[in-house]
Amino acid sequence: MNDMSPDGYTTEDGRSIGPVVMEMRNITLRFGGVVAIKDISFDIREGEIRAIIGPNGAGKSSMLNVISGFYKPQEGEVWYMGEKRPAMKPYQVAQQGIARTFQNIALFDGMSVLDNVMTGRIRHMSSGLFAQAIWKGRAEREEVENRARVERIIDFLEIQHIRKTPVGRLPYGLKKRVELARALAAEPSILLLDEPMAGMNVEEKEDMSRFILDLNDEFGTTIALIEHDMGVVMDLSDRVVVMDYGKKIGDGSPDEVRRNQDVIDAYLGVAHD
Amino acid sequence: MPDQLVWGMEVFLNGLMTGVLYSLVALGFVLIYKASGIFNFSQGVLALFAAMTLVGIMEGRVPFSHLINATFGTDIHNFGWNVPAFAAILLTMAVMVALAWAVNQFIFRHLVGQEPIILFMATIGLAYFLEGFGDMMWGSDIKNLDVGLPQGINATIDEVTYEIFGYGFFIDNLDLAATLVAVLLVIALVLFAQYTKYGRAMRAVADDHQAALSVGISLKFIWIMVWSLAGFVALVAGIMWGTKSGVQFSLSLIALKALPVLMLGGFTSIPGAIVGGLIIGVGEKMFEFLVGPMVGGATENWFAYVLALLFLVFRPQGLFGEKIIERV
Repeated sequence: MNDMSPDGYTTEDGRSIGPVVMEMRNITLRFGGVVAIKDISFDIREGEIRAIIGPNGAGKSSMLNVISGFYKPQEGEVWYMGEKRPAMKPYQVAQQGIARTFQNIALFDGMSVLDNVMTGRIRHMSSGLFAQAIWKGRAEREEVENRARVERIIDFLEIQHIRKTPVGRLPYGLKKRVELARALAAEPSILLLDEPMAGMNVEEKEDMSRFILDLNDEFGTTIALIEHDMGVVMDLSDRVVVMDYGKKIGDGSPDEVRRNQDVIDAYLGVAHD
Repeated sequence: MPDQLVWGMEVFLNGLMTGVLYSLVALGFVLIYKASGIFNFSQGVLALFAAMTLVGIMEGRVPFSHLINATFGTDIHNFGWNVPAFAAILLTMAVMVALAWAVNQFIFRHLVGQEPIILFMATIGLAYFLEGFGDMMWGSDIKNLDVGLPQGINATIDEVTYEIFGYGFFIDNLDLAATLVAVLLVIALVLFAQYTKYGRAMRAVADDHQAALSVGISLKFIWIMVWSLAGFVALVAGIMWGTKSGVQFSLSLIALKALPVLMLGGFTSIPGAIVGGLIIGVGEKMFEFLVGPMVGGATENWFAYVLALLFLVFRPQGLFGEKIIERV
């Protein structure tokens, strides 16, 4: 897709995609002798749903962890909002506006759904420790404002009925949705979803797909997601990166990727004769 | 009204007040346990250290004076000034924050993700270190602490109860002050934990480190904040106990009394620490009053532990502890 204009492109369904928000340049990540990611470059554009797919152990999750700062690549650069990102701790990356969910769900089990989602607002609450301690002026205003936004997100994801329930008591599918709500509450410039549909039944998968599409549509959120389920990915995403054994073997629209011989080989296996 | 009953009421009230002081120490434990899953054995020593530092600053003592004198052959002990109580408390708080930073920087930062038992052992080490460090810094003599809290018998209560029962209750003003301070402290802490960004971040960190990082919470900042809070609670407890019985080594042993309080109240509950403290305080005083004479007294030494043991058998998470939910 090298012919793409720097300002963006228009998708098949008529959504206009903006300029590049994040660019990975020649990322290589090693764990000891194991190369998890090998010299991969790709970009994420504003407003698009970008998928990273590949068979088990292809390095997809590692890639997401590089983007969110949990892993530090040995080589390569991450460019964010037109600037090279210096070495950063994960919480700093989060404060910059990159929110994520986890493959195995990482929620605060002892806290209510509402409180969980409220933690997502932390990067938007700037009043200091002392103001917070006495809860006056700015701190109080902030709490009220942010609470209102959180309620909107809770409505949007249809989890009003469990607002006060401790997350630890919820079933798996709802937990996934709460985690999405928390990430969304950060109003991220990029939302990273690590296998949002993993372990779900068909109905839950359909719900989740609908939420992902809706939030992209409604809030214009840029989404980068990892998924196993090829069918889901092809329906959801605007552009797809395909990884296999830590290498990039395809990049383009779902149709382009589907026709790519390397991708077909990786997924269906190659006949060796 | 029979004498026995009237005396019982006095014992009950005094028990409540003692309980409040137990609660103050227990609170420090709960704070750190909630936010970092560390059972902080050094909480008692932290209270001792805070009280020592407060006395040292108020009296204008030169820190490490013994060490300095022994090394350089000098003979300095005092700066020759006295710092007013309020300023000294603020300065001590600054020292406790610095200590919180150091504790995180030199110990717990390196132990992230370790087993709880290892963290626990580290706090035992910290307790011994702080004990020696405090002695080296301020000397090991028994110090008097007076920050201007009211002390002695409360005349009003004495008179009023005399009017009603014909017997004046002995209630110490200091205990009343401690109760008031503890109540305010608990209300403040609960509100802070429930309704502020940092309180929420604190609970988040306690629950899941990865998830906390992913929403932009700095673990380091929260840990330093929590240890500072624990230092603050230790300072308050140190002031109360130090005023009551002098600042001396035995102050650190009140931590042992906080253990049964925690088992009753639950390690994760701030209100639990309070109620637990009150039950232990009242329980041990009433038991001593009612049963003590029959068994030769001195029941206060063991009553709390036996009660805690019973709780461990029948309700291991304590009265208010988070219910242990296990999805299978």
